[in-house]
Amino acid sequence: MLRFTLSRLGMVVPTFLGIIFLSFALIRLVPGDAIEIRVGEHGLTPERHAQLMHEMGLDRPMYVQFFDYVNHVLHGDFGMSLVTRNPVLQEFGNLFPATLELSIAAMIFAVVIGLPAGVLAAVKRGSIIDHLVMGAALTGYSMPIFWWGLLLILTFSQQLGWTPVDGRIGVDYFFDSVTGFMTIDSWFSDDPFNAFVSSLSHLILPTIVLGTIPLAVIARMTRSAMLEVLGEDYIRTARAKGLSTFRIINVHALRNALIPVVTVIGLQVGTLMAGAILTEYVFAWPGVGSWLVNSITRRDYPSLQGGMLLIATIVIVVNLLVDLTYGLLNPRIRHKR
Amino acid sequence: MSNTVNATTSTPNAPAPANPTPITPTPVNQVLSPSREVWLSMRTNRGAMLGLIFILLLIFCAIFADIISPHGYAEQFRDNVLQPPAWQDGGSWAFPLGTDSVGRDMLSRLIYGTRLSLLIGVIVVTLSLAMGIGFGLLSGFFRGAPEISIMRLMDIILAMPSLLLSLVIVAILGPGLINAMIAVAVTYVPHYARLTRAAVMSELSKDYVTASRVSGAGTLRLMFDVVLPNCLAPLIVQATLSFSTAILDAAALGFLGLGAQPPTPEWGTMLADARQFLEAAPWVVTFPGLAILVTVLAFNLMGDGLRDALDPKLKR
Repeated sequence: MLRFTLSRLGMVVPTFLGIIFLSFALIRLVPGDAIEIRVGEHGLTPERHAQLMHEMGLDRPMYVQFFDYVNHVLHGDFGMSLVTRNPVLQEFGNLFPATLELSIAAMIFAVVIGLPAGVLAAVKRGSIIDHLVMGAALTGYSMPIFWWGLLLILTFSQQLGWTPVDGRIGVDYFFDSVTGFMTIDSWFSDDPFNAFVSSLSHLILPTIVLGTIPLAVIARMTRSAMLEVLGEDYIRTARAKGLSTFRIINVHALRNALIPVVTVIGLQVGTLMAGAILTEYVFAWPGVGSWLVNSITRRDYPSLQGGMLLIATIVIVVNLLVDLTYGLLNPRIRHKR
Repeated sequence: MSNTVNATTSTPNAPAPANPTPITPTPVNQVLSPSREVWLSMRTNRGAMLGLIFILLLIFCAIFADIISPHGYAEQFRDNVLQPPAWQDGGSWAFPLGTDSVGRDMLSRLIYGTRLSLLIGVIVVTLSLAMGIGFGLLSGFFRGAPEISIMRLMDIILAMPSLLLSLVIVAILGPGLINAMIAVAVTYVPHYARLTRAAVMSELSKDYVTASRVSGAGTLRLMFDVVLPNCLAPLIVQATLSFSTAILDAAALGFLGLGAQPPTPEWGTMLADARQFLEAAPWVVTFPGLAILVTVLAFNLMGDGLRDALDPKLKR
């Protein structure tokens, strides 16, 4: 296991360095004056310009600048936002819980519906249920989620008035952020139950939108994994022993079919992050996704640079953890060269 | 040379064509060309055929947009701003799907939009396919340092969520349709590079490659003339499937205001314009999104059908 862990870590380090290099290059590739991009001011005098160049170390050789940047990043310094003048890491830290809460809710939604739907489709293979589930899954997989969000807002928020249009909680609730998760923090307010309901009603539509594609992927994957397992000899043995269909499907088949499904679930982190950008933008959800889009339109390049690096790092770390867990669970992967 | 591996399948139990003249001796071991075999398999797949028909319809719309669309895509009818579709109160058949906030005909804009969507698909897929095949062939043929550096670069691209990478590239290049297409294409390169490399590596160990190498074929000839034609099946499937994601991703960039710029009738850009009229005029939001969904669905259906037809392992 140690050997496996080390080899996976060895593969991650160059990728991570590459991502740092990409974000280092990003701010240098943006057209425009290097100082104006970083300071956000225009019409600087040549003296001031030269002074800033020197202060920021931009007059040094490129490789020195790169090692300096790596040093800063490894010490948690991702620069300052041009709009708020706060450290990028602090901004990210404030907004990330919102994205995390939304992503977790979306993943729960996707698994809770996708897994049983996939199992049902596999068990009832070729039936109308199978066709319906797979048709719905393919539609979900093809869905432009930004439009899906608008449609849900139109139907449930504007025409039926069931859910709020945007934000995370009603404006009349005030409480300190403890965990950053509104559904948890709302319990610390003066009116816990109503605050919780408010936060939940804000969460529902974004969850459905962000969960749609993972849901479709999980349903399709579960179906094909189940079909493969259901054809195995040990399932026939179980049937021959006289076990109930329920037990065969849920204990014998599903547990074996879950291995590829769990991997797919783990690998959805990147999809979730990409989806979060669009979902948060549609629902004005104050997370890192909408923050990144806004930092492009505001030309806040240090924020974009830092945010990109942080999100990529999170995706790399989660994928590494999934990989290691998989190796832990499945010795065949661990010992494969 | 390359057709030594193309499985020549005999069809002993193919249904005899309903031919009125009874005695026409058909060759018993009729050899099907690979493309004909794929077509026969596709034809039995209802979803794939549905997708194909819709795609043909889209191509028709794109080619004859000037003739079939009732109005120009940028033509403004200031007296008919935000007019509902024909079947709703206040609608008229002059604007079958209604008009947008500056009085442009929705149907005409959607029809012209097919041009852009197909163009986006073609350009993105071609760009990423060309780069991916190039990288894949290089890393498959030149093991060691070139392979490692190329595959690490691909890992870096894969580690970034695709939309985030596209956003970053557009932020550098500036918003616009061409830049959006480049940005989306870059995110697909690793998929093609990995597929090509894997296929190249398995083909290189086969006898026919050794045979042509022994008979004096150079590296370039081996790459493009001998090995590449035998690696195409997975690439074709991936290309069809990424055609749909390319349309989706470019529309997403358009929606975020970073892709095609107004008044271009790109479906995602149309949605971005329409957002503020969500409540007052739902049709300006509904139709462009529906167009994206159905188009993407059609390409996914066809891609799935192609994959089943080209991948013998899935044939039952």
